[in-house]
Amino acid sequence: MNDLSTPRQYTLAQVPLALKPHGKVLAVTSGKGGVGKTFVSANLACALARRGHRVLVMDADFSLANLDVVLNLTPKVTLHDVFTGKAKLEQAIIRAPGGFSVLLSGSGMVEYARLTHQVRDDFMKIIAGLVPHYDVVLLDTGAGISDVVLFAVSLACEVLVVATPEPTSLTDAYATIKVLVGQQKRQIVRTIINQTARVGDGRAITRQLQQVLDRFVVTESGQTTRLVHMGDIPADPAVRQAVMRRQLLMQMAPGCAAGLAVAQLALKLEETVIPLVA
Amino acid sequence: MTPSNALPLIDLRELRLVNARALLAHGGTAPLASPEGSPLDYVQSVIDGLCELSLRDPLTGLANRRQFRSVLEREIDVVARSGQSALLLMLDIDHFKKINDAHGHPAGDRVLQAVAKCLNACVRPKDTVARYGGEEFAVVLPDCQVSFGQTVAERIREMIEALRIPVTPLVNIQITVSVGGAYAPEWIRSTAVLWTDRADIELYRAKTAGRNRVSLGSQLVMSVSAEEKELLFGHHALSESGWMDHMPVDAPAITPNSEPQNANRAVN
Repeated sequence: MNDLSTPRQYTLAQVPLALKPHGKVLAVTSGKGGVGKTFVSANLACALARRGHRVLVMDADFSLANLDVVLNLTPKVTLHDVFTGKAKLEQAIIRAPGGFSVLLSGSGMVEYARLTHQVRDDFMKIIAGLVPHYDVVLLDTGAGISDVVLFAVSLACEVLVVATPEPTSLTDAYATIKVLVGQQKRQIVRTIINQTARVGDGRAITRQLQQVLDRFVVTESGQTTRLVHMGDIPADPAVRQAVMRRQLLMQMAPGCAAGLAVAQLALKLEETVIPLVA
Repeated sequence: MTPSNALPLIDLRELRLVNARALLAHGGTAPLASPEGSPLDYVQSVIDGLCELSLRDPLTGLANRRQFRSVLEREIDVVARSGQSALLLMLDIDHFKKINDAHGHPAGDRVLQAVAKCLNACVRPKDTVARYGGEEFAVVLPDCQVSFGQTVAERIREMIEALRIPVTPLVNIQITVSVGGAYAPEWIRSTAVLWTDRADIELYRAKTAGRNRVSLGSQLVMSVSAEEKELLFGHHALSESGWMDHMPVDAPAITPNSEPQNANRAVN
């Protein structure tokens, strides 16, 4: 088999990591798709922007990106053009409706869905180019636990795992956390529980995840990894409305239950995470 | 001056070592230190010899079930901490009963010894070959990549097939083995029972597929074990109304190191 023709398959232990995670960079990931990762990234960015932060959301999902769909944007220049050298990074950065910037991956990025040396280098260069200009860079990673997702997360100093109370979502979130602990030696992983039915559900879910983690996952140093519950976003019909209209919830209905929860999430990030990473 | 918490001194001459010495005389372990030399060295060598005997299968000289178990537990610990993949192979000699029936039990013993020798020759020094029981053997391969696992399992199968085992001056026996294998799940603290169960199932597959073949389970790269799922949801049935109904605040749902309630459920 020719190594050049077949993209290299890594086992999880071998997936390369970024040399050093960047401050300011937060990864949003989930394991399972369809749990509202992009919804959270975009609306959180909007809420943070309203609080005066310079925020950029980067589409780090190269295979099935839909940040453009959520934001109803059709960019002329995308990350794909930056990767292929057709455009400069600055040209691909777009102003999103919520007062923050976005870097959209564009449809051609499927070919970058495998983690080659080139993709790694380009990815790292782009992040390094972005960091000086923003207070917070949110990486909206793809679903699953592919090598690209793991690499993207390794570029971030903090990771937010989005899950819903559904068993499938929790299983995938747990699997993701487990890999992040094992492969990247993460000592803190932050959870956001989306579509909760009742107040307190998210905290209970995080606690349950923590208990299983304590029982099964041991870090090399023998330390346990701490899950920090960042907040719940309650199930809210307004979310569906916003998604269908391709608008940001934070613009369409910031006062609804889910909108208030996102605002609270932004506050908590501002209090606990942003000072650490700035 | 002896510290107050020291063990009471014992007179080594009062130890009854006759049985232990008799065992060690025929056990094939390292020779004992001379009783004329340091008494401490002598007693230490008796203890070491007994330990060695207790971990070894007398017929084949391989690790016995007891040592196998402890190696497996240790390896689970390594895998959980390092994420290195480790492979467990279970091997069973095909139609072994026929050999015993046709050539007698001494012939069967020769075959077991020959297989043991061959297995030892096929693996790396850091691997552990054990006699699991009867005509079943186990090999623990730490730090074993997926591609290497298949290769080594095939090599074992081929080498054993190529053996010509002299059981009498006139009769050479040819045998085959079926091999089943399972990787320890990366980053997960599994249990010895679950891991051997999975390897056993693969062995069963190899047997039912016609024997003299290898069947390896795929590496559990990203799966969450049934045990973990059990702990994620099992204690609190989910309902539409939410989690809190079933979840007493701050009540520990899990006791650390609790054994799984139903080990077989993890096998799929």
